[in-house]
Amino acid sequence: MTELLSRFLGPYRGKVVLAVTTKFVEVLFDLLTPVIVARMIDRGIANGDVGLVERYALLLVLFAALGYCFTLVCQKMAALVSQGSGTDMRNAVFRRICSLSAADVDALGGDSLVTRVTNDVNQVQVAVALGIRQLVRWPLLAIGSIVAACLIDPSLGSILLGCMAVVCLVFWLVMSRSVPLFQRMQEGLERITLIVREALSGVRVIRAFRRESFESHRFHQASDEQTRSAVRAGTLGAVLNPATLIALDLGIVAILWSGSFRIQAGTLTQGEIVAFVNYMTQTLLAVAYVANLVVTFTRGAASGERVMQVLHREPSVTDGSATQLALPPAGKAPALELRGVGFSYADSSRPALDGVTLKVAEGGTLGIIGGTGSGKSSLANLLPRLYDATEGSVLVLGTDVREYPLEQLREVVSLVPQRASLVSGTIRSNLLWRRPQATDDELWEALRLAQAADFVAQKQHGLDEPVEARGMNFSGGQRQRLTIARALVGHPRVLVLDDSASALDFATDARLRAALSTLPETATVIISQRVSAVMGADQILVLDHGRKAGLGTHHDLLSSCGLYREIVESQLSREEAMR
Amino acid sequence: MANPYTSSATAQGTLSNVRGFDPGDGGDASLDEAALSYSSGQVVGRVLRYAGPHAWLLLLSFACTVVTSVLQLYVPILVGRTIDTMVGEGRVDFASLSPLLAGLVAVVVAAAATQWLASFVTTRLAYETARDLRNDAYDKLDRLPLSFVDSHSHGDLLTRVVNDVDAVGDGVLQGLTQLFSGIVTIVATIGFMLSLSVPVALVVIVLTPLSILVAWGVARFSTKSFASQQRIQGELGGLVEEVVSNQKLVEAFAQGDAFAERFEEINSRLYGAGERAQFVSSLSNPSTRLVNNITYAAVAVVGCLCVITGSPSPLTVGQVQSFLAYANQYMKPFNAVSAVVTQVQGAFASGRRLLALLDAPEQVPDASDAEELHDPRGSLQLSHVCFSYVKGRPLLRDVDVAIPAGSRFALVGPTGCGKTTLINLLLRFYDVDSGSILVDGHDIQELTRGSLRAAFGMVLQDTWLFEGTVRDNIAYGKPGATMDEVVEAAKRAHAHKFVMQLPKGYDTVVGGSGETLSQGQMQLLCIARVMLADPPILLLDEATSSIDTRTELQVQGAFDVMMENRTSLVVAHRLSTIRNADCILVMRDGQIIERGTHDELLARGGFYARLYQSQFAQSASGA
Repeated sequence: MTELLSRFLGPYRGKVVLAVTTKFVEVLFDLLTPVIVARMIDRGIANGDVGLVERYALLLVLFAALGYCFTLVCQKMAALVSQGSGTDMRNAVFRRICSLSAADVDALGGDSLVTRVTNDVNQVQVAVALGIRQLVRWPLLAIGSIVAACLIDPSLGSILLGCMAVVCLVFWLVMSRSVPLFQRMQEGLERITLIVREALSGVRVIRAFRRESFESHRFHQASDEQTRSAVRAGTLGAVLNPATLIALDLGIVAILWSGSFRIQAGTLTQGEIVAFVNYMTQTLLAVAYVANLVVTFTRGAASGERVMQVLHREPSVTDGSATQLALPPAGKAPALELRGVGFSYADSSRPALDGVTLKVAEGGTLGIIGGTGSGKSSLANLLPRLYDATEGSVLVLGTDVREYPLEQLREVVSLVPQRASLVSGTIRSNLLWRRPQATDDELWEALRLAQAADFVAQKQHGLDEPVEARGMNFSGGQRQRLTIARALVGHPRVLVLDDSASALDFATDARLRAALSTLPETATVIISQRVSAVMGADQILVLDHGRKAGLGTHHDLLSSCGLYREIVESQLSREEAMR
Repeated sequence: MANPYTSSATAQGTLSNVRGFDPGDGGDASLDEAALSYSSGQVVGRVLRYAGPHAWLLLLSFACTVVTSVLQLYVPILVGRTIDTMVGEGRVDFASLSPLLAGLVAVVVAAAATQWLASFVTTRLAYETARDLRNDAYDKLDRLPLSFVDSHSHGDLLTRVVNDVDAVGDGVLQGLTQLFSGIVTIVATIGFMLSLSVPVALVVIVLTPLSILVAWGVARFSTKSFASQQRIQGELGGLVEEVVSNQKLVEAFAQGDAFAERFEEINSRLYGAGERAQFVSSLSNPSTRLVNNITYAAVAVVGCLCVITGSPSPLTVGQVQSFLAYANQYMKPFNAVSAVVTQVQGAFASGRRLLALLDAPEQVPDASDAEELHDPRGSLQLSHVCFSYVKGRPLLRDVDVAIPAGSRFALVGPTGCGKTTLINLLLRFYDVDSGSILVDGHDIQELTRGSLRAAFGMVLQDTWLFEGTVRDNIAYGKPGATMDEVVEAAKRAHAHKFVMQLPKGYDTVVGGSGETLSQGQMQLLCIARVMLADPPILLLDEATSSIDTRTELQVQGAFDVMMENRTSLVVAHRLSTIRNADCILVMRDGQIIERGTHDELLARGGFYARLYQSQFAQSASGA
């Protein structure tokens, strides 16, 4: 948290100082009020001097007005600082997220990243604003009151100090005991929510298996548990207000009692004892406020921690070289080569890929097939370095992918990930991703290859047809074709389609594959569950639990690979398989 | 002071957490309309009925509130009188001082005790009432007809059971107590001040509304800024959501910088709106404080003048002190009341929503003379079954089928033809509009739902696992099953292999926040569940749709063994899986248009044959 604050508040140092100073002045005015009232009583009333009373009253109003002006400056600064630093923080977090690799996003959790940019930064922002406005005010008011009281009479001041200590102790005792209870209440609430959500989504299964009473029992248990924690927290919290009340008012009694002797002896005036009572009230009020702030700050600190985690996360995939590599001339190197490639996800003990070796010639095609969880997508993700292979090496055009500058690698290798979608904007803005300067002709050519030209041409605005978030205004098949077109702009040397044509009908899928095979310089990797999508490839890699179960053409594999044959038989009739 | 320990603070926090997902997206017009028909009195009445035998505690807490408010306000008066006993050097009246201080101690202790009692009693009452409401609301869900659950947004129902209940507990009980306490404090303060001095009291009473006006003006002014801040915030969240959910895509296409630029543009607009909103709203406290300080000065000067000149009314120094204390505190109950009013309003809205749920019509209970279905053989007979979800849009029309015990039937047809509806009717999730369904010759309306459903084993396309271990999930349909039985079922469903690869095998927690499984794996567990339950009649609704084709073949084999001598009805979109059914029913537009074996139907060259041909082409492309 300190690091976060020093990094993001640093640029606003001047404004922070100004805010704190003006707040300080405002508090000074507040502190002077009891003194002036004391003077009014001691000098004005005692001497019956009406003019003096009126002058003091004017002074009070003047102080109030001046204090208000200073507050305005402070509030303005607080707004500038907290919103400014919050904005900087959001930019920094988002930039960092954009530079992270898939493995990092897995580790931090995708959903949680969204909350971190929005919610967590907001929490920190609230804490900063409150910190400037309140954290200065209330402790300063408490300390100032004590100092002022001690200046009037040190030994009476010590009563004030004692009361404050008692109140602080009570707050600390109650809070430290109830924070774990609040934690448990939050967990209880999550559990209750989960059970209800399950009961609603599984209503058919629960009723079909007649487990209503079991589920109801589960819910009642969670609900009772939740109530127990809540009642305990509430019972604890019920102590706070009465305890403060007792400390405050008994403190006043003590001051009046010992003050009376001092007045009798002439070492204290009536006005001063009034001032004392007022300082007492002010101090304890301030302590209660500070206790309140603690809650906000704990929340802010937790959020700050989560923001820091993102900022501290170094991208696990970084540029291999700062300068562009010279690519080999056509025909000199295989488009793609895997040498004993192995890969494991960070949280998994079982490798997702193990010892995969193969070569794809320039302009060639590779099909990859296998059951769910066989490692197909993991392999695809290694090619543009969304993840790095944990063993062996991946070579593109004869060079290890780890030696490329990332931007160049991703120009050369174009991946259409599983469930790829469009982003809001227009068709054109989506297509320009790989090559911002691409001409309309280039875009149309890509659309034609992807079998998308027809329906785009029929759109009212053509290339400028708006695209809603996630491309929801297009059908699944249209979306898939647009994502493929997007990947084709700028002539990639390696095109990887990770189950990217699953929503296309048989005929369109076939036309797409035929069109792709006409590209002489682009090697295509097609990943699919469909035998028909890969059976025409130059070679087919059959994956089984991350291992190569077979590699060869359709006909080779039919005779040599049992797993491939099983997959084929589960999808195609005998005649079709032999076609 | 706003006490962080009143439950409202925590409830507010959690409220926004859970409200995050689609509370209002459903077409819940019926429930919302029903909600509007409750008056506030009805809400309070019903909530009090839940408080039930403890409702007198609420009265106790109200009484305590009155006592503590009055006592607390009496303190400044006593302090003032005490100060008046010590006018100056050698003029301290110790004789009257001691009893005054003793009285002060007594008042303070009594005030603290009653305050504690009030808050202790209310918290307890509120939480326990909330618990009873919550448990009832949950149990209500079990008694609602399935049509209700299907036609209402789950997010909305969830909000009612979880958040609305809490809001009612906090708002109606605690909120009302706080509201009451605030009003008592205001009235008592005015009373005490008037009893001290009418002119000075008028100064406070006249000036204070000014600060309320100021606060109100600021709030009005800032609402607009907040709205635009909220809007931009939404835009920003949308962009982040889009980028994070497409992370691989953004990374593969090296689009990070482009998005960062878009983000920064929105963010800078957010800065503008946020800064304005924050500044304007932060004026509220200092502005009311300014008015308060001026009131304070006015009280001081008018008070002092009264002491000196004795006009417009005579006053002592101690009484001036009492007034200053009141002037300082007078605003607080107003702030508290305005905060609580919003909360109480919300609580009543929640209460109405909750009552609408609690009073929603329930499913027709089992008839008192309903029979238990014992050891069913499994013959099914549907005669002239008609059904519609929406009046006037019939979904099943005159469906007539006899399925002899032990036979294997399949149901095919385009989406929306009524296949799944048939399953809903068989299990009495919905009841037929006309016609009848017989199991072993008994009309299912005359059987207990429990015994009827026990006869069926069902695997649906939508898999459902609850948060629990793999073992508990498989044993869901047969609670006392041994580990051996569970493993045996998993093996038959071809789930054993992947279960053993999970971190803790059968003890791995899945569902909810547990281990993430693929759709296919979840489906295998659901199949294992039915295999363990081993019911006389099997209903499979696209049960293998998410499983890869090779595993599907294997699971199909296990089903074949299971269906041996057992009645089964299979809905499938891959026609290859139903080829060997005893009879295939072809449905279209809610009617059975063809029936017969695979070969018979192909030979007929009708709808099924066409469907089969088109699938064949599709299956060549994989499907």
